[in-house]
Amino acid sequence: MEAARLSQFEIVAREDFSDVTYLLEVRHPLMAKAARPGQFVIVMAHERGERIPLTIADFDRSRGTITLVVQAVGKTTREMQQSCKVGSTLHAMVGPMGIPSPISGAKKVVCVGGGLGVAPIFPQARGFKEAGTYVIGVLGFRTKSLVFWEDKFRACCNELILCTDDGSAGLKGLVTEGIKRAIAKHRDIDEVVAIGPPVMMKGCAEATRPHKIKTLVSLNPIMVDGTGMCGGCRVKIGSEVKFACVDGPDFDGHLVDFDDLMTRLRRYTQVERAAAERWSANCRMKDLADPAAPAVELLELPDPFDDVKGG
Amino acid sequence: MAKKKTIRTIPQERTPMREQEPRARAKNFEEVACGYDVGEALREAERCLLCPDQPCVSGCPVGIDIPGFIRKIGENNTRAAYDVIAETNLLAAVCGRVCPQETQCEEVCTVGESLEPVAIGRLERFVGDAAIREGWVNVPHIEANGFRVGIVGSGPAGMACAADMAKAGCEVTVFEAFHQPGGVLKYGIPDFRLPNGVVDAEIENLRRIGVRFECNTLVGRLFTIEQMVDELGFHAVFIGTGAGYPSMLGVPGDSLNGVLSANELLTRCNLMRARDAAFDTPIPLGKRVAVIGAGNTAMDAMRVCLRLGAEKVYCVYRRSRAECPARAEEVHHAEQEGIEFHWLTAPVAILDDGKGGVRGMRCIRMELGAPDDSGRRRPMPVAGSEFDFEADQVVYAIGTNANPIIGQTSRLKLDKRGYIATDESLATSMPGVFAGGDIVTGAATVIEAMGAGRRAARGMKAYLGLHDAARAAGGETLFGIDLGERNFVRLRAAA
Repeated sequence: MEAARLSQFEIVAREDFSDVTYLLEVRHPLMAKAARPGQFVIVMAHERGERIPLTIADFDRSRGTITLVVQAVGKTTREMQQSCKVGSTLHAMVGPMGIPSPISGAKKVVCVGGGLGVAPIFPQARGFKEAGTYVIGVLGFRTKSLVFWEDKFRACCNELILCTDDGSAGLKGLVTEGIKRAIAKHRDIDEVVAIGPPVMMKGCAEATRPHKIKTLVSLNPIMVDGTGMCGGCRVKIGSEVKFACVDGPDFDGHLVDFDDLMTRLRRYTQVERAAAERWSANCRMKDLADPAAPAVELLELPDPFDDVKGG
Repeated sequence: MAKKKTIRTIPQERTPMREQEPRARAKNFEEVACGYDVGEALREAERCLLCPDQPCVSGCPVGIDIPGFIRKIGENNTRAAYDVIAETNLLAAVCGRVCPQETQCEEVCTVGESLEPVAIGRLERFVGDAAIREGWVNVPHIEANGFRVGIVGSGPAGMACAADMAKAGCEVTVFEAFHQPGGVLKYGIPDFRLPNGVVDAEIENLRRIGVRFECNTLVGRLFTIEQMVDELGFHAVFIGTGAGYPSMLGVPGDSLNGVLSANELLTRCNLMRARDAAFDTPIPLGKRVAVIGAGNTAMDAMRVCLRLGAEKVYCVYRRSRAECPARAEEVHHAEQEGIEFHWLTAPVAILDDGKGGVRGMRCIRMELGAPDDSGRRRPMPVAGSEFDFEADQVVYAIGTNANPIIGQTSRLKLDKRGYIATDESLATSMPGVFAGGDIVTGAATVIEAMGAGRRAARGMKAYLGLHDAARAAGGETLFGIDLGERNFVRLRAAA
């Protein structure tokens, strides 16, 4: 248990998928060893920052790293887009949190990822593939230029259905179109796993409901501690109230009250918008003084756990 | 030699502690009670009869030599008073503030039989604050024994256990899931009752006796309790993760956006500093806030809301004042600050404002029936007495359930409510693993958690075969071997 390793969360690689989506690879060998598909971390960018939950998009046991894919939507994530450069550190990263997704003995699954959910569905698709499952990947993006990780998915899916809103790549339409196509072609799908914005997951659950296909969704509500202590992440699952951080984050999509989830996600919309506006105003001031753009680089790492093979 | 003190010769009135004026303090997060100065402490120390029975010592969950330290204050030797307290309690400044002394040491005080009891808590705080101010720290001579102890959770139970195990010579590492150590002392108890600076000072003292704190570590998920014992080389483990998991009422409107748990409100405000614009964490600001429940957490939540700028704060409680679980002093403070109490009132529904927020609450009047399992009279709804009132924020402070993480990730035996099952010595079903505090008993007080941490430390020392200083002196021996060292084979193995 090396103290230095636990308390330093160094960013060892970064990749920008678009002007709002970026990937951070953070060094944490112990967490890379412990992480399982479906789990998440809570991150603090700096000492005065807020704690934000981010689903683990990938973990590499040989490199000893955790990969996060972040969408710059609010103050914190936009600030991180600027400050998280290779070689810099996060103030805090705790995890892996939540109950790992059950990589069930299903014979045939559909793994659906939309927008920000594309990254976190990857370890699940890979997990199923490693368990010998026939994996159908369904990925949704707005447009062709936003597509990422197509190769990674092709490598672990038996079939990949790419959907774009404008039809510039793959199928034109939402991921629900992809799901319908998969269901039409395969009558023996055991399970659908969907990760993405709540409205997308709701659509997926509705698409599978008439076919009575088991559908798991991964919920990412507002959290503070992520350890079951604050109850901020409570969600309605059927007639029960569950805490996404310790009872989830995966739940039966046919039981989730998505409207409730979406309302609860808007709890701080106003405050957040104001914070983001204040922050951008500040940045414009700073930009005038220092017009340096964030650099994109990759760093090669020694293998701290050479014997343990990734994923 | 001074004349022997008697109940007639001591100051008859308890020395009052200066407090911030209620209207002023309801607008700031500074401490409510200002603490004794030297003169006040001397006067109050004079009230202790130094009686031979010392009922106060047995009333203290950690057994502080109370007459001993009060005698030193009386001799105007605060440093020596600190030395006496530090022998049993490294957290004087914390305990002096948050212990419910009126049901512990002060309840059984001899002076209290005819007058107001000696203000033991205030005197302890006086000593603890002096130690922080002057930088006193008692680093005892510690001989390392080669044992490694892992402590899960850095709240009061974990801190107390860490202190004892470090003093016994173990290499102690405390794991905390949050980014700062301190547990409920940091995230839960607001600054006006216990400033976070005081907690940090006490944690620094633990560091000085060799305790290591590892934050951002979620035990159970990053590594399991089994791994701590089998792979990470800990000879003994203490689990003090607290209860956590807040209860929800289960009435319509529970999930509205203006409804949150006291834990969430307090964590945002206290640990995440949401009230300070320089910090990023948002906090919901209600104008008319209803807090459900009347325990100490409820009092904290109400008073935090006032300080955050609420115009009206209501306490809604289904029983009457007599049954309310909060300390009398806290209820009194809350009342002074302008909290409105609605006893014998239970929420039936939280009312929707049509935009996902709260517009008010529907309540029903209650009356007290026959005593229930808790020995308190059971509140019964009065038929047809429903009424609505306006509120834009509702805070639930109605208790907590067992945190499920350790149960989900280990083979430890749990009781039927999900708390960790232990024996008398706080040993769990796994050899070398002990547990104490809220995760064993359910929600209780800071000092009870600290007492549990210390009790577990005694159990761990016996398990590791370590001498217990108190018992070694004149303890029973067999063939020259101290019987207290139950596990001396293990001691030799480690040597």
